[in-house]
Amino acid sequence: MPDPAYLIGAVAVAAAVTWSLRALPFTVLGPLRASSVVRYLSARMPLGVLVILLAYSLRDLPLAHPALALPTALALAVTVALHLWRHNAVLSIVGGTAVHVLLVSTLPLH
Amino acid sequence: MPSILVAADDPAQPAAAAASPRSEALAALRISGSVGLAIFPIGGAFGMVVAHSGLDWWWASVFSSVIFAGSLEFLVVGLTVAGAPLAQIALTAFLVNSRHVFYTLSFPLHRVTGRAARAYSTFALTDEAYALTTGEAARSWPGRRIVWLQAFIQAYWVSGATAGAVLGVLLPIHLAGLEFAMTALFAVLALDAFRARRDIPVSALALAGALIARFAFPGELLLAAFALFTASLLARYGYTRRRETSHA
Repeated sequence: MPDPAYLIGAVAVAAAVTWSLRALPFTVLGPLRASSVVRYLSARMPLGVLVILLAYSLRDLPLAHPALALPTALALAVTVALHLWRHNAVLSIVGGTAVHVLLVSTLPLH
Repeated sequence: MPSILVAADDPAQPAAAAASPRSEALAALRISGSVGLAIFPIGGAFGMVVAHSGLDWWWASVFSSVIFAGSLEFLVVGLTVAGAPLAQIALTAFLVNSRHVFYTLSFPLHRVTGRAARAYSTFALTDEAYALTTGEAARSWPGRRIVWLQAFIQAYWVSGATAGAVLGVLLPIHLAGLEFAMTALFAVLALDAFRARRDIPVSALALAGALIARFAFPGELLLAAFALFTASLLARYGYTRRRETSHA
């Protein structure tokens, strides 16, 4: 267990950076709202950002060892299939995660 | 992310008629219900990850209420357990949450009045709060309702995280693989964003940026991917503008 002072520092740093990113741009970017390039970006960023975050969360997937990547690949397929089928975020997330937990704890992968 | 968020069947109440604070809180509670159903279990998964990481369970409550940025919280657990330097935590926070800068462009902060309310509203500007308050149905919502909505979203997240952490302590078995909840959340949000805006070129540019970053700059994947993606969008903007002017 890390030292509590270090943990408090970590939480404070993470919170301060996050809040700054959420609050400070209102003073800077406010006047830019009308600019056409900013409107172009703000309409297209959200989708792309989520695609990048998804890729980021898969960065440690061991592509050289397909057997080790199998639980994640299957769980992701289940998540996507459930979501395309039922359009229910809770079901897709809980279902995909349950499949992942089940596979990781039962498959003899080592 | 419309499918989880659009359930807000707002009966188009005129903003002026809904002046009493209590009715705004109730309206926000109703609107937040569907998001809460998604947020509570993910908070629970986060709490379990905290409990299994070796940190005391109540750090889940501290992380979720003070940092209040889901994906970053998952990462900070791993970083602190590994004893990462604070500078690395600051850089990670910056990279993971720099997307929030773009939320500034359309979040209706101008409707929120009062210093404390405005401060809280920026603090609680999560992906979910942004998605709910910038949709079509939200155009008539007064600031008070927006702030209540953000408070409910935070309440779901903190209570989910706390419940998950307590459960994680009580459960004798170690549930390996729970961290996949984060991947599942991003997959779901990306699918919903794609359904709202079927933009294949944008998805392809983002994916290409992520893949190039993954292999060329593995240590700075997020920063490199966002930079490449933004640069490619700007190039595309310049290109379409030039074509439009030359055709005009």
